[in-house]
Amino acid sequence: MAIWLTKDSKVIVQGMTGSEGSKHTRRMLAAGTNVVGGVNPRKAGQKVDFDGTELPVFASVADAMAETGADVTVIFVPPQFTKAAVVEAIDAAIPLAVVITEGVPVHDTAAFWAYNLAQGERTRIIGPNCPGIASPGASNAGIIPADITGSGRIGLVSKSGTLTYQMMYELRDIGFSTCVGIGGDPIIGTTHIDALKAFEADPETDAIVMIGEIGGDAEERAAEFIKANVTKPVVGYIAGFTAPPGKTMGHAGAIISGSAGTAEAKQAALEAVGVKVGKTPTETAKLMREIMSGN
Amino acid sequence: MDLYEYQGRDLFERHGLPVLAGGVATTPQEARAIAERLGGRVVVKAQVKVGGRGKAGGVKLAEGPDEAVARATDILGMDIKGHTVHKVMITVTADVAEEYYFSYLLDRANRTFLCIASVAGGMDIEQVAADTPDRVVKAPIDANTGVDEAKAREIVSAAGFPAEVADQVVEVAVGLWQAFVAEDATLVEVNPLAKNGDGRMLLLDAKITLDENAAFRHPDHEALVDQAAVDPLEQAAKEKDLNYVKLDGEVGIIGNGAGLVMSTLDVVAYAGERHGNVKPANFLDIGGGASAAVMANGLEIVLSDPAVKSVFVNVFGGITACDEVANGIIQALALLEQRGEQVTKPLVVRLDGNNAEAGRAILDGANNPLVQRVDTMDGAAERAAELAAAGV
Repeated sequence: MAIWLTKDSKVIVQGMTGSEGSKHTRRMLAAGTNVVGGVNPRKAGQKVDFDGTELPVFASVADAMAETGADVTVIFVPPQFTKAAVVEAIDAAIPLAVVITEGVPVHDTAAFWAYNLAQGERTRIIGPNCPGIASPGASNAGIIPADITGSGRIGLVSKSGTLTYQMMYELRDIGFSTCVGIGGDPIIGTTHIDALKAFEADPETDAIVMIGEIGGDAEERAAEFIKANVTKPVVGYIAGFTAPPGKTMGHAGAIISGSAGTAEAKQAALEAVGVKVGKTPTETAKLMREIMSGN
Repeated sequence: MDLYEYQGRDLFERHGLPVLAGGVATTPQEARAIAERLGGRVVVKAQVKVGGRGKAGGVKLAEGPDEAVARATDILGMDIKGHTVHKVMITVTADVAEEYYFSYLLDRANRTFLCIASVAGGMDIEQVAADTPDRVVKAPIDANTGVDEAKAREIVSAAGFPAEVADQVVEVAVGLWQAFVAEDATLVEVNPLAKNGDGRMLLLDAKITLDENAAFRHPDHEALVDQAAVDPLEQAAKEKDLNYVKLDGEVGIIGNGAGLVMSTLDVVAYAGERHGNVKPANFLDIGGGASAAVMANGLEIVLSDPAVKSVFVNVFGGITACDEVANGIIQALALLEQRGEQVTKPLVVRLDGNNAEAGRAILDGANNPLVQRVDTMDGAAERAAELAAAGV
């Protein structure tokens, strides 16, 4: 079953005809994802060939949904156009929008998020600046490599792309139900808490790995949520113990402001609610391995 | 990007907000010219991106041009909490009757913007909020509807601003919001927002942070970067489109993906605890799909840091194929040699993920004595720290 993305998900790609969009559409198809079309108003009506799979291009998300029954959109459009693309997806009330684009102005993200709330939050937004979501063996919406691991019973939620891949690789013999990259921006649509809630409810997930990093207080709030709501074992990892205050470390959201947002505070908050926090990704994987083998 | 106070003052002025007349000086002579233009008594303020400059002696009154020169001479070059003062702002003085607080900022937790307002200004707002929480109003702002007159009036009333200034504060609140949006700021803080002796409002300080992701629609923001304060290595990296942050240690770091690179810094620092306390020398994310040229540029930057004694290249091939990375490293070393760079520092390389076996074979086949292959992240960090400690 996994969370949010299953083998039955029908995926469209906004920006499918662009270079990133077409490259990753090809990869998603190769991973077995049911990609049913793309959106580009200037190329509506055309078909694009992906190694023998012909995908139709629609004028809008609403058209694509009406024609194909799509319920997931993956957005690859450049930052200048991301807000409009997400608003279009929200207007069409598509259940899941995965925003891969990096470098979206935070005023734009705040605006489309507020718009989503005003429309009754009919659309789950993942990202922006994220690698997407993968339910190994079932479907893959975004840029997470499909061949790292197979399906299994660990759920993974992470702010970082490559750390997600690293963790999937470390635990590849056990496998994952769903891996969600929520992104490293200051404002994101889906949070650690949203994913924890979904994994807790998912009968195919037995334990959860949560990867965080410096900046904001999402991990601290996730810790409070875990204390009150999560019965499944959770293992954590936090990146950025050696990051200096006031410097943005790659991700727009990864910045220690004054005394807030430090890795120490996040680790302490998680440990205080019984979450084991690994010192390195490898040690974190080991902690999860112990849980999954019943030790 | 955080702005200096004088840049914030200019920005407020451009948006029609009430600020004191003034200018910025980098020399005592420039301070004199500004003081002469302004006339009368002036304030000389150190321009540093850190709080507490008043207590440190960085804000002084001057009774005219001669004293302005003397005060500027005192303050320029002063060290305030590790920040050297290179500029002073000179303004006319204000006859402050009341001090308030007003700001807009990003509220990450609630995924929106927040207005913080208080009639207790001029002090540390976090302290005011801790001591007298009822004197601080925090109002969430909808990003799409923003702050119009009605919303501003709601905030002004909730914060308990005196009736005689309410209309003016409403006007400032609306204008400040418009500036916040128009400039793609993530913070605009005015502390104090002052009532002058004649009853007029004045924005007496400016703390502004701009969103670098929005640079594409603000070509004018580039000019606000303080080039003199930018680390030369960071500047060189930026010119090559590399995401690099200079740190204080000895182990150069190159990796792909911000999270993995942050994690690499941590793992190296832990390993350093066992090897002469060496630390990471930098953050460098070469991103996904890095070519040989990008790897060469990255290596060149990292190796040109004289503090670096060893380099740890940590790549997890997701989309990036490790054989391409391996070729990139070998070609990069050759390229650097062609550019006349003598590479003498050892490289520890860890490749995992997509095509890792092929990548490792390429490194082994190249047989470069400077390149050592270690196949786990923790093990490679250990080796890189050990080599750096030996090279110190």
